[in-house]
Order: sequence, then structure tokens, then C-alpha cells
Amino acid sequence: MRTGLMATKLGMTQMFADDGTQIAVSVLQVSPHTVLGVRQKDTNGYTAVQVGCCDLKPNKVTKPLKGHFEKIGQAPKRHIKEFRVDDHNMLTIGDGVDVSFFKEGQFIDVSGKTIGKGFAGAMKRHNFGGLRASHGVSVSHRSHGSTGNRQDPGKVFKNKKMAGHMGCRQITKQNLYVQKIDSEKGLIFVKGAVPGAKGALLSIRDAVKKRSSHEV
Amino acid sequence: MNLLQQYESDYIEKKGTEFPDFRFGDSVRVHVKVKEGEKERVQIFEGVVIGRKNRGLHSSFRVRKLSSGEGVERVFQLHSPNIRVEVVKKGDVRRAKLYYLRNRTGKSARIKERIETKKA
Repeated sequence: MRTGLMATKLGMTQMFADDGTQIAVSVLQVSPHTVLGVRQKDTNGYTAVQVGCCDLKPNKVTKPLKGHFEKIGQAPKRHIKEFRVDDHNMLTIGDGVDVSFFKEGQFIDVSGKTIGKGFAGAMKRHNFGGLRASHGVSVSHRSHGSTGNRQDPGKVFKNKKMAGHMGCRQITKQNLYVQKIDSEKGLIFVKGAVPGAKGALLSIRDAVKKRSSHEV
Repeated sequence: MNLLQQYESDYIEKKGTEFPDFRFGDSVRVHVKVKEGEKERVQIFEGVVIGRKNRGLHSSFRVRKLSSGEGVERVFQLHSPNIRVEVVKKGDVRRAKLYYLRNRTGKSARIKERIETKKA
């Protein structure tokens, strides 16, 4: 498993394939990354790399992080993240990784925080049908209806689908096709939707479950 | 202009779609590339432009024609590589969306021809 990268979601647009079909794409911006740390099997018990991107003004860095950056002799980075990697995909501190790390035509997994929906009703949150619009239903057209039986079992079962907080949680969208890569601007065009609002920070990895035919 | 808008305008520019400056109310002939299995041929859809949607790269236009007495409308993507537009007749109309043509046929569905006045 190779390392992943962080990206900012710019929004969605479309492009035309050679045969004229429209393709909806999400545009993600990947700034150049630097390897800031490594985790080794013998010292840490697992293998991973820590990458950072987007330079930060020195006066914005917290003291503990400042020490970290000074120790490895790198400019402070705004975003830092650790990705688990295999032994043979290990990088060394100071290595640069940019958007051309990914290739057109491969599949990727994108994870990020979904758009928060607040306290959502059962219809929006669990696709319930709601109650009827007429025939004597009063006030509760969008309610979830019954939540269980009677004296036996005498309780509402756990994990019963009800209204509650929705969105704003970490999810991973798997097997997204990389339509195009613009290494000059650091853009990656992913077919379909990805989690998060515009400007959200996402992380991209090689797809765990799907490999394209030309991939090594 | 953010990167996304930049990308879209670049895309349009790079593709350099050549289409005549047509308006709603104009009669156009749209040459559509149709792929049937391995073969590719050009199909012509001729009718009146009853509306345009200007959204940069996502722009589209709607063409209405009468096909054996039945009204047919088709929406085309303005920047699609599959189409070529040819203006047959310019029309003079008073609104941007000519949806009223759907309820009309024959004489009442005619559109006055637009005569370009010279610009000083």
C-alpha cells in the first residue's frame, strides 16, 4: 500500500469524453506534499509515513509543532496526516510527493467529512415514507410512525432508526475513477461525487478494492 | 475567478467550439454524430431554437420540430463535440423561452424573420 495525499475539494463540473458523453467530475486540488516523518516497524511497531502540505507562516505554528519542523529541517505545513504504508513503499523524510503520484485511469478511495445536516427527521435520515397527507393525519405528516410493539417486549429496541444528527461524519467513497490529472495546476478530476463541501480537506488513497488494468 | 471557473473557461477555449451565433427563435440545423455499433454517421435535427441556457461549459439549447405531426424537442449541449450547428433562418421573437409554441401549430406557430439592422 502506498501513501495517500490530502486534497481540497474545489467543486464539481463536467467534461466531455471523446465520444461526446458528458462526465460529471469532482475537482480536487492537491498541493505538493513533503514527507515529515516515518514510522518504522522496529521503533514504532508499524510502518507509516507522515506527510504535510501547504506552507504556513512561521508565526502561526504552535510550539510543539515548531520543534518537530525544526528537527527535520522542513518549512512548517498547514495540514499534516499520517498514512499507513507497506515496507517497500516507504519514503524518507524530505521526499516530495505531488499530484502526479496518481495516474489517469486508476481508481482511488476518497475520504472526508460529509456535509452536516443537523438534526434531521426520519424521512431525510433513513428514507422513511412518512405518514399520509390526508385521511385524518394531523400534525405528524413527516413523523416516523410506530417504534415497536406493546407490553411485550415493552421497550424500544436499540439502534431503532429515528430522527437525529445526520452528516458531518467521516466517510470513504471507494473505487472512484481518476478521469484526468492536471499536474501543472495540481488538479485531479474524479468521476462522480466525493464527500464534503467545497473547500473541505479530503484524503486520497489508491483504491483498496479495485485496480485498473494498466496499473503495476 | 477561482480555479474551477478557470478550468471551465480554459476548457471551452481549448476546445474552440465553432458554432454560429444563434439565438432563440432561429431555425437551425443540428448535425449530430450518432454511433451505431462501429459505424458513425451524422443525423440532422432541424427545428426552431425555443430556448438557450447560458451556463458556461454547461450551456445547452433546446430545439423543437414537428415530426410527422408530433412535436419533438431535443436538448443539446452547446459545447458537445458531437454536434455542429447551422443557422437556417433568423427569427424575430419577443421572449427568450418560446414555450408557447408547444400549444401552437401551423399558421400561429410561425416566427417572423429577423432582419439585421446595420450597426453604426
